[in-house]
Amino acid sequence: MRFRIYRYDPDQDREPYMQDFELAEIPSGMMLRDALLALKAQDETLSFRHSCGEGVCGSDGMNINGRNGLACITPLAELKEPVEVRPFPGVPVIRDLIVDMQGFYKQYHSVKPYLIRHDPEPEVETLQMPDERDRLDGLYECILCGCCTTSCPSFWWNPDKFLGPAALLQAWRFLADSRDQAENDRLDALDGPYRLFRCHTVMNCVDVCPKGLNPTRAIGHIRDLMLKKSI
Amino acid sequence: MLTYDILIVGSGGAGLYAALESRMEEDLQVGVLTKVYPTRSHTGAAQGGVNAALANLDPTDTWQDHWFDTVKGSDYLADQDAAEIMTREAPMVVREMEHWGCPFSRTDEGKIAQRPFGGASKPRACFSADKVGHVMLHTLYEQGIRHGVNFLNEWQVLSLMHDGQRCQGVTAINTQTGRVHTIQAKAVILATGGHGRIYWTRTSNALGNTGDGTAIAYRAGLPIKDMEFIQFHPTGLRRTGILVSEGARGEGGFLLNGQGERFMSRYAPEKMELGPRDLVSRSCETEVREGRAGPEGEVFLDLTHLGRERILERLPQIRELCIEFEGVDPIEEPIPIKPTAHYSMGGIHTDLNGQTPIEGIYAAGEAGCVSVHGANRLGGNSLLDILIFGRRAGKHALEYARNNSFTPVDTGQEEADAKMIASIMEGESGASIADIRRSMGNLMAEKVGVYRNGKDLESAVSELADLQEQFKMVRIQDKTKAFNTELVAALELKNMLDLAEVVAVGALERNESRGAHTREDHPERDDENWLAHTMATLGDDGRPKLDFSPVTITEFEPKARTY
Repeated sequence: MRFRIYRYDPDQDREPYMQDFELAEIPSGMMLRDALLALKAQDETLSFRHSCGEGVCGSDGMNINGRNGLACITPLAELKEPVEVRPFPGVPVIRDLIVDMQGFYKQYHSVKPYLIRHDPEPEVETLQMPDERDRLDGLYECILCGCCTTSCPSFWWNPDKFLGPAALLQAWRFLADSRDQAENDRLDALDGPYRLFRCHTVMNCVDVCPKGLNPTRAIGHIRDLMLKKSI
Repeated sequence: MLTYDILIVGSGGAGLYAALESRMEEDLQVGVLTKVYPTRSHTGAAQGGVNAALANLDPTDTWQDHWFDTVKGSDYLADQDAAEIMTREAPMVVREMEHWGCPFSRTDEGKIAQRPFGGASKPRACFSADKVGHVMLHTLYEQGIRHGVNFLNEWQVLSLMHDGQRCQGVTAINTQTGRVHTIQAKAVILATGGHGRIYWTRTSNALGNTGDGTAIAYRAGLPIKDMEFIQFHPTGLRRTGILVSEGARGEGGFLLNGQGERFMSRYAPEKMELGPRDLVSRSCETEVREGRAGPEGEVFLDLTHLGRERILERLPQIRELCIEFEGVDPIEEPIPIKPTAHYSMGGIHTDLNGQTPIEGIYAAGEAGCVSVHGANRLGGNSLLDILIFGRRAGKHALEYARNNSFTPVDTGQEEADAKMIASIMEGESGASIADIRRSMGNLMAEKVGVYRNGKDLESAVSELADLQEQFKMVRIQDKTKAFNTELVAALELKNMLDLAEVVAVGALERNESRGAHTREDHPERDDENWLAHTMATLGDDGRPKLDFSPVTITEFEPKARTY
């Protein structure tokens, strides 16, 4: 199987280039990460992040044949040749497939992604009914891999101002939590022309999320809530 | 030189809890050094549950029941005072997690939901579908951000420094730049997780579970404890070792051999599939050895009778993993499984506050060994361990750092480590990292696996010594400073080779079978000679030196262990 992989070494290269690789043997069920590891054995300088190998840690996000995804749960059988692998678009490249995630994290941190309560804590757990807990399904599973945010044109154009789908999904995760007591503060912080409202429902985020989550819908819920609050 | 009052190495549950606890009052500078990004730590892969006797499902459950289950599960090697603290404080820390926002699944009354788990007499594993590690890790990270914990992401720790009595700090390399730094700290908490990767690919563990903290503690002269006890999880996926949570059996899954028999009736007639992991793994392995396996030497986990709805509600992630990695949908057919190296019961020796014999140096979670798991950990107790002892280490370190000044440190270690790295980078002609690693993993799996014997262990010890020699000449192709993943892999391999040796030497020395350590040539538990913790220190000859220390028994006299 043939591969074309984006290479850039800040110590050596003036500019990035694409390198061709080939793997003679492809065992059935092989994932892209395993293929990258086999290519790394051919050329140890090929650099990428990876860790759990089962799609739960979110380390090995990259652009695969034009689409963001996690290498460890992308079967080679689904990819057409040559498999073109690039770093996430729209964010600075550190080396090869490794990108700088600082901007992504900055936006994520800015939504206060933690439960805020003002009441004194009860001795036991705060009660939450199963239907209230169900509202968090599809939100709490986010692994912060960055596939969605770095596939979003609004984020490419305004990475400092638009929060991006991952951060907004988390903003809704806490707004949706029956235990959270900071609704007004959270909504105020999302107001303005950019932070939330630069979402143009392109829906790349929904298309690429490896966990099957739907940030666009979450953004819609935030908009609805803002509207409800303003009348 | 970087300086923190408290530096935590590792960003899994134990590290993040310790960081949060020591930063809660926001008066000290707390740093977390991690080789990944915090939410990518392996805690996030834990699926099934965290034990606490909340009695939400079974009102008769008590922490004393949990205490006894833990001690019995440990094959009486756990220190009973430590297990008492863990089980008594469990409801408090789990509720604290809930107060911090952790989205546990709920009972109909809105309380934290619980499910049955292996080796537990009552249903006490608290869960969030099959992603409880993920929700705990994220909750702790979220609260860490809130309270101003500093994160040094993608740094690799190199050495632990002390003056023989007190902590000085660590040296570490910033992976992004390739520079070595000294980090001075009044207190260091090592929370780097386990070392399951010494089995290389024959494990459920992530790439990074290479025992870095345990290895640097060992090299800094600290004792590491009970290293021969490695837990094999019965239900790893056949081809990848990826874990299928015990929650799957907690929800009612059956284990079947190649002939479709529910074979656990032979080994644990009462608890059946919910026997403790050591027993269930041995049972699976025995079925295979006696010729009752499936076509690829596997046995099967059957969930089909649970029905579509329950699988989708309670075990959605597991279903996805089975489809992605085995092409098997558990709604339709049984899952092919094999035991896989999963958890390191042993680790850095600590007291009940997570402190090592050196003041200001702590260890917590899988990297540490208090010991609460003894010879076999119960499912749902590892997530509990990281909360309880992460918290205690953080608390104690906070008091220590408030009351003590910095211990002077020079840059000698930094220079030595920079030199060590330069010498690794010069390697041109030897074996590759991948070759040495594969040999290590294969020999550990074959000779230091579920079943062990003196002859194989002796040969494992000598083969590991050979691999250590080979490592001195290891070939490095990547000469770039920035983000050199080959160098990181070399540093990790060095750590794993040291720890693998301690595991094998300990296993060879321990002439009995207890918990996860099964010697075919010494099949019985021997309380007269071996009711003791193994303490390994680095000897002057560069080889591990073993001592033994007594087990603390306060309440439960050792008895035969049946399920």
